[in-house]
Amino acid sequence: MQALADLILEGRPVQHHRPWPRTIVDPMVWTSATVALAEGHWTLLGLWGETAAIHMALLEEPTGTIGVISLEELEGGYPSVAQYHPPALRPERAIHDLVGLVSKDLPDPRPWLDHGRWGLRFPLGDRLPPPPETAPYAFLRSEGDSLHQIPVGPVHAGIIEPGHFRFTANGETIVRLEERLGYVHKGIEALMVGASLDRAVQLAGRTSGDSTVTYAYAFSRAVEAALQLEVPSRAGWLRALMAELERLANHLGDIGAICNDAAFPLMHTHCGVLRERALRAADTAFGHRLMRDRIKPGGVIADLDHEGAAALRAVATEIGQTFPALVELYDNTASLQDRTVGTGMLRPELAHQYGAGGYIGRASGRGFDVRRALGYPPYNSLLFEIPVLHEGDVNARVWIRIREVEQCLSLIAQILDQLPAGPVSIDIPDIGETREGMALVEGFRGDVFVWLRVAESGRIDRCHLRDPSWFQWPLLEAAIEDNIVADFPLCNKSFNCSYSGHDL
Amino acid sequence: MRKLLFESMIRVPLTERAPSRSDAAMEELASAVDNAARRHLGRSLSIRAVDAGSCNGCELEMHALSNAFYDIERFGIRFVASPRHADVLMVTGPVTRNMREALERTYNATPGPKWVVALGGCARDGGCFAGSYAVVGGVSAVIPVDLHIPGCPPSPADILKGLLALLEHVTMGTHAS
Repeated sequence: MQALADLILEGRPVQHHRPWPRTIVDPMVWTSATVALAEGHWTLLGLWGETAAIHMALLEEPTGTIGVISLEELEGGYPSVAQYHPPALRPERAIHDLVGLVSKDLPDPRPWLDHGRWGLRFPLGDRLPPPPETAPYAFLRSEGDSLHQIPVGPVHAGIIEPGHFRFTANGETIVRLEERLGYVHKGIEALMVGASLDRAVQLAGRTSGDSTVTYAYAFSRAVEAALQLEVPSRAGWLRALMAELERLANHLGDIGAICNDAAFPLMHTHCGVLRERALRAADTAFGHRLMRDRIKPGGVIADLDHEGAAALRAVATEIGQTFPALVELYDNTASLQDRTVGTGMLRPELAHQYGAGGYIGRASGRGFDVRRALGYPPYNSLLFEIPVLHEGDVNARVWIRIREVEQCLSLIAQILDQLPAGPVSIDIPDIGETREGMALVEGFRGDVFVWLRVAESGRIDRCHLRDPSWFQWPLLEAAIEDNIVADFPLCNKSFNCSYSGHDL
Repeated sequence: MRKLLFESMIRVPLTERAPSRSDAAMEELASAVDNAARRHLGRSLSIRAVDAGSCNGCELEMHALSNAFYDIERFGIRFVASPRHADVLMVTGPVTRNMREALERTYNATPGPKWVVALGGCARDGGCFAGSYAVVGGVSAVIPVDLHIPGCPPSPADILKGLLALLEHVTMGTHAS
């Protein structure tokens, strides 16, 4: 078995790509990487295209090695990754829709993000006129006695993002779920092309609203990697503080909402109170409840003052005191456990195959967390545990969140105790040459991956943003099998994948 | 569980005083509602949320309206599951081309009298996504809008102020002077 580091050496290295190498390889090397992915040696971090190149970011988990391989001679298409490694399927369909690159032997050539309504084709490629007529989307077939279909969405019966779910059920039991997404596709990657860094970080922070800190954080780190900037130490610590607050608020909201979907609103009410307190403290400390537009390339836009730090300390203390009673309530309510235990099982093999991040991976035995794996500052000097369970059911995903809430509280206290003094941003220098950078940042849902190229002018030439949901949505289809239709909201909420982050 | 419930009984409620209605919203609404509609509704509004392309930030703050601090149901305002049951469509996001038809169909499925609230900066004019090949623009580019609530996302207090203005306008017949 070849090491990823050796595979990277087989290609022609690209200058100015940081912090990990990118090499241009031939189709043979590309295919051998595909096979290594399929055999489970490496994890697919991202797959994206440009008019004349396709890129694949790879991770070798045991060694923490990361690298990007690119294929440039694409006449007649590129060798499909998905034909051997199914997690690449939706990315390849999206690449065709956005760029027009053809994947040879793609097992499922249906469009994914392109619903035939944009008025053009290949917005990141040649921008061709649309075909005169679009065929209706062909859902996968399910055949058998007594099967019926339930179409749901895109508009759902709650305050939820839009997407279409096609259930095939036998009585109450789901035999197949097929997702159709792309409804909230906003063309963010095309808007990025030619954008100034100020505008681009604003767009990145609006890729998925619940992860606005994580996206701005990852985008900024990718720019800083490309331009070889080191942000002041205090800025790094403040970014982590915001990221932990975001994680805390989202997990509190999710724990309550999952219980609410199991008809137990008491948890929802109490978790909602704690979430609101966390958001108010964030508002006091950073001037925005969701901390939107607070992180930029070079640092952060506002410093934390004494009053803000006090508000954060107070809220961490209060949640630390109140939360254990809620955990006990969750653990001791038999009717609630009856709904969550054994429901929506995700097998560990699938979590590993897809490289599922966040609570979805960690509830199914995959403990990958970029805060630990890459140890970007200040996480290399903070103490925290990464909870891992193996059951893979809704209950396990709730418990991972519970344990992570506890870790967030500890991290917030540690950061406030050790926050270094000093400036909180530096100016972006004029580099005057093309640079490429990438970054991975751990959001509440998993690792957000950003790859970008900054042009000579200092503007964005190409930026790819990969939400953790890309490798989680397909797993929901697997986890829901053999569950009853009435448990779908519960399973879906326990996954809580992002529609906007996925659709872009 | 008993201890938790008991504590909630003896504790001071967390629910905060109602914010005053937004004057800007009253002005925008002045021409939108007729008296017959007011009589139909009584002091109650049923809202159907429609995400037409948002980043989900507005949805988070819409959810917050139901927490103990804002407790939106005390004003007779509630979120319903079907456009058939709704008086108000609360639409978020720049309207994407892929959601345009779903938004139109939801609007057509809502019986009159009905109002449309466009929530957030993107719902006004497409926000930072305006001009994209995948975006139509603000909500008013697709269906008529009665009230805009600005913000990115608007805070729950701001949403509440706007909705209270709508409620007052609809039920009391007061026009902004």
